[in-house]
Amino acid sequence: MDKNKYQMLVQKYTPKENRLYHGLLAFLIGGLMGVLGQFLISFYSFYFSIPTKDASVFMIITLVFLGCFLTGLGFFDKMVSFARCGLIIPITGFAHSMMSAALEYRKEGLVTGIGANIFKLAGTVIMFGVVSAYFFGLLRYFVMGG
Amino acid sequence: MIYLNAFLFAGTVCLLGQILLDNTKLTPGHITSIFVVVGAFLDVFDIYDTFVLWAGGGALVPITSFGHLLIHGAMDTVENFGVMGLFTGMFDLTSSGIVAAIIFSFTFALVFHPKD
Repeated sequence: MDKNKYQMLVQKYTPKENRLYHGLLAFLIGGLMGVLGQFLISFYSFYFSIPTKDASVFMIITLVFLGCFLTGLGFFDKMVSFARCGLIIPITGFAHSMMSAALEYRKEGLVTGIGANIFKLAGTVIMFGVVSAYFFGLLRYFVMGG
Repeated sequence: MIYLNAFLFAGTVCLLGQILLDNTKLTPGHITSIFVVVGAFLDVFDIYDTFVLWAGGGALVPITSFGHLLIHGAMDTVENFGVMGLFTGMFDLTSSGIVAAIIFSFTFALVFHPKD
């Protein structure tokens, strides 16, 4: 293969824009997180012989544990800045936001530090989730009959 | 096969989030909030349930399933207690994730120290 042809090939396969690269990376990592979730569900339901619904609860707890633990060790911040939405959108992002808030405000004390600030970032998710679920629930109850 | 579906669904949701993050001025906090509201909205017409059947864990891992589980838990109690069930059953299904996040982050914050 001569040099020009090689250059053309390289140009063809190099992502033209950073956005494309980040998008593909988010797709790949996020997809792998989904596969991991499905694998954990199958694993738990097979080995503990529990229904899939209970296994999915175990799966969510495992992923939250992984997110908190890796954030505590200091790896997860680098992983998030690498994969971005691939790790922010899965439930690990929720765990990461709570864990990093707890770590950051640790030095201000248990009550005024951790207690007051643990939901600083994750609180928006819970608040908007509850508000939207309430109004959509009302809509579903009155318009569509439950 | 369900692994492929899980990969495609979770990957697509994350790709949409990344497109929003790159092309608008929204922060990750905005995007996760938007996705929770979208998940709750999709559950009004039982659309998200078909996603869960199709993609399994792939549909339960993204934060959209948080909104879906909130409204789902509320609807389960609404069947027994009427409209007041919206208040009592909202956190029935999501409490595992929230409680686990609180417990783990509190205990790990006592053990670990920030790296920088």
